[in-house]
Amino acid sequence: MMADASHWSIFINAALINNFVLAYFLGLCPFLGVSAKLQTAIRMGGAVTFVMLVASICAYVLNMLLLAMDAPYLKLISYILVIASTVQLVEMLLRKLSPATFRALGIFLPLITTNCAILGLALFQTNRGYDFSRAIVFALGAAAGFTLALVLMAGVREKLDLASVPDVVKGTTAAFFVAGILSLSFMGFAGLGR
Amino acid sequence: MAQPTTNQFIKGLWQQNPIFVQALGLCPALAVSNSAINALTMGLATSFVLLSSGVIISSIRSLIPREARIVSYICIIASLVTTVDYVIKAISLDLHKSLGAFISLIVVNCLILGRAEAFASRNTVGKTVLDSAGMGAGFTIALLCIGVIREVLGAGTLFGIGLFPDTFQTWTIMLLPSGGFFVLAFWLLAIGLWNDARERSAKTAEETA
Repeated sequence: MMADASHWSIFINAALINNFVLAYFLGLCPFLGVSAKLQTAIRMGGAVTFVMLVASICAYVLNMLLLAMDAPYLKLISYILVIASTVQLVEMLLRKLSPATFRALGIFLPLITTNCAILGLALFQTNRGYDFSRAIVFALGAAAGFTLALVLMAGVREKLDLASVPDVVKGTTAAFFVAGILSLSFMGFAGLGR
Repeated sequence: MAQPTTNQFIKGLWQQNPIFVQALGLCPALAVSNSAINALTMGLATSFVLLSSGVIISSIRSLIPREARIVSYICIIASLVTTVDYVIKAISLDLHKSLGAFISLIVVNCLILGRAEAFASRNTVGKTVLDSAGMGAGFTIALLCIGVIREVLGAGTLFGIGLFPDTFQTWTIMLLPSGGFFVLAFWLLAIGLWNDARERSAKTAEETA
């Protein structure tokens, strides 16, 4: 997990070993909210991937600027503003280019702003001191991991709808049990890297 | 809002508990609840931000233009969180290290922005203080509920004090991320069962009456 780790190990680490959703609990709201249907889950993964990539690049540039200005206490406020504007941009683009996706994502699209996974990515990459190419690879890995978790979860929940489950457990409770089991199975990747 | 004022406080504790009922602010709740002390710190930090951002937003709510409200809220919240981050660093460096980036991530806690948008932006300062205090207390209690179980079973300690004789086999899974999911799921299950039982007894009481 050091700044000089190889690109491949950073990718595997972010996507599988320390999966953002299942190991760091980042981005749980969309994880539970949008994972009821496979199609929506895939679209959400796409939107998050794009925002993560842009946010990662912006965070890298911003961090250089802030270090040059000697004002690290502005880090949080500037990151979140840049992320909010990026999400707004994605929202406008999607509404023009793909109205169907826009409607399917609904309230969860603006909520990407408050998706901890995006801000978490920007903060982690700064804390670990990744250089530019490593930051990009880290963002791609994290996005891949997020999408993978979302799609797996959606697949399980689509099946779960057809199963007979006691009424008390239905909904969020069942989703958390499934998430716990998924997270447990992702522990199996721990041996892959350092 | 015709309820008596005490209800503004109580509702955050139970009927609208942020974690167990509304499922808001789950990310920090699960990520740092592997020990009771982490859970308590996180709960208090979040409550502080919730309360002070509520006060600021409700007192300047007439000055904020509607179109720019979310951005203004986020700026206020981010400044407060930066303050909390530095205060915790000053009090205990170890604690700051174990909470890591999750203090900064209070900014994106849906609970805070949600309360700002749904309550603080349309109510007086007094009501907002009660609402935020109730929500903050509910959040902290829920976090402690999860944190205590995970620490007692996972490490055999409570607030760092050993509870069991040496022969106690610790449940390592409780400290792993999946433990967080399971403990929360069991709490939701327990609350669901309790609500069910209460509904049923209310119904039988009605029938017999």
